[in-house]
Amino acid sequence: MNRRLAPLASAIETVLAWVLGLAWLAPLLYAVWTAVHPPAFATRFDLGAPLTLDNFHRAWEAAPFARYFLNTVVIVALIVVSQIVLGTLAAFALARFTFRGRDLVFAVILLQLMIAPEILAVANYRTMKALGAVDTIWGIVLPYLTSAFGIFLLRQTFRTVPQDLEDAARIEGCGTLGVLWRVYVPAARPVHLAYGLVQASWHWNNFLWPLIITNSVENRPLTVGLSVFASVDQGIDWSVITAATLMTSAPLLLAFLVFQRRFVQSFMSAGLR
Amino acid sequence: MRALSRSDMPGTGRSVGPFRFPRLRTVEAWLLLLPSVVLFATFTHVPFVRTFIDAFWSTPKGRRPSQFVGFDNWTDLVHDPIFWKALVNNAFYALGTIPVSVGLALLMALWVNGRIPGRGLLRMAYFTPTVLPMIAVADIWLFFYTPDYGLFDQIRELFGLAATNRLGDPSSALIAVMVVAVWKEAGFFMIFYLAALQQIPPDLRDAAAIEGASRFGFFRRVTWPLLMPVTLFVLVNAVINAFRTVDHIFMMTGGGPDNATNLLLFRLYELGFKFWDQGQASALTVVLIAVLSGLALLQFLLAGRGVHYR
Repeated sequence: MNRRLAPLASAIETVLAWVLGLAWLAPLLYAVWTAVHPPAFATRFDLGAPLTLDNFHRAWEAAPFARYFLNTVVIVALIVVSQIVLGTLAAFALARFTFRGRDLVFAVILLQLMIAPEILAVANYRTMKALGAVDTIWGIVLPYLTSAFGIFLLRQTFRTVPQDLEDAARIEGCGTLGVLWRVYVPAARPVHLAYGLVQASWHWNNFLWPLIITNSVENRPLTVGLSVFASVDQGIDWSVITAATLMTSAPLLLAFLVFQRRFVQSFMSAGLR
Repeated sequence: MRALSRSDMPGTGRSVGPFRFPRLRTVEAWLLLLPSVVLFATFTHVPFVRTFIDAFWSTPKGRRPSQFVGFDNWTDLVHDPIFWKALVNNAFYALGTIPVSVGLALLMALWVNGRIPGRGLLRMAYFTPTVLPMIAVADIWLFFYTPDYGLFDQIRELFGLAATNRLGDPSSALIAVMVVAVWKEAGFFMIFYLAALQQIPPDLRDAAAIEGASRFGFFRRVTWPLLMPVTLFVLVNAVINAFRTVDHIFMMTGGGPDNATNLLLFRLYELGFKFWDQGQASALTVVLIAVLSGLALLQFLLAGRGVHYR
């Protein structure tokens, strides 16, 4: 590129990058504006408009959001803990044991990467009915308690642990679970953290399967609760709806803002390794 | 009992600890795998097989049990115009959103990886939609698109243009929900490109600069080939997402107007859980699985040659 044109080109690039950045922020900023001002100012930009938290208060009163929050927290905790524990056990077997059929089992497990539980919703619904798990928290979490992606990631990690460390631990008298706990789990800590963060945000946001399997306030997660709230309960009071929307996303959004670097790195490492 | 030495263990090829019996190792391995294998079998593999069977059986109704009906579900599906509409919509949706969101993701990553003013803030702006639930995103955009009051129409009003109803008009509704998908996804894909860009050694750029390569030349000859594995990974994800994310359809259009935004998975939901037609829904599930596996296979065959793994 011509030397004299270079600064101009980079200035244009900066402008374009920021135009895109603003386009990416605009919907969110617009929602925040609407949520923190009285309904009269919902769609009128007036810098003198009074700030208020009343919309959040009204949304909180209008639907059982406390219950939805509790449900979502329980669901996310069950899924993330279970995926990490069961994934660690399975990945250890696949990474460090030699037995007939190992590669076949691994290949069959990887099928789940493509065939997500949502796609098999019709058959899974019948299973839940047979188990008596329709409209329960268990009905929501059961299909997600273990994950091919998690097993894949952890298996990769375990394979990088030097075999000598395991042998040393064995000589010291560790059993299989002792070796796993003392040698492999510490080595996988960053992966556990990254994977946990990604899965927590994924399941906080999950909608379709919980919508299908629940039909009562007691078991609904936030996403399903929000969709019911926004479509049935509120008509078109945008101030309250945007307040509820931001409220349901707030924990993740705050966590993201506080741990931004960690979050981004987690997504990177959980996806690429 | 005699302790086994390593040489006593045939075929393992690796040391497995000095005091272990191979058969015990096998039992241990299966015990470790057991919980995951049981869950996978119950909620992925058995339902997977069962769906193929159900597609040839009628839906049980009341006291009438399910019967073998051959290809009836399939002929019903083929004669259902909404199925075709959803299939065409979904193809359009995939072809429209995937190149745009992956292209934008690459552009974002190149910008944020370079020396641009306000880099941290910009990266946050691009990535934020990824953290939000799709349901919340759909809500925000629904408001954004509202005729008269939404930001779009407010901006149009400044220029004296008339109000629009993007989501209510069959000709623009699908595009409107596609925009939302791109907005939500591009920042997610950016992260993977960013990770790959940061692993390209700086020496390469210095060497190229000495040889007088232009920035675009460097990108085309060095950066882009090195990014091929990530591009493949991102494309696989983007394709899966295009067929499996329908949350915003529920919130914004309910598949309408006149099925203009009906997608395959949304149609599957309608057949399976609104009309409770298990037979046809199973047939549609088989179609969806076939589409997904076909596309995944195609991508690996096509891209396999061009990919240079590190």
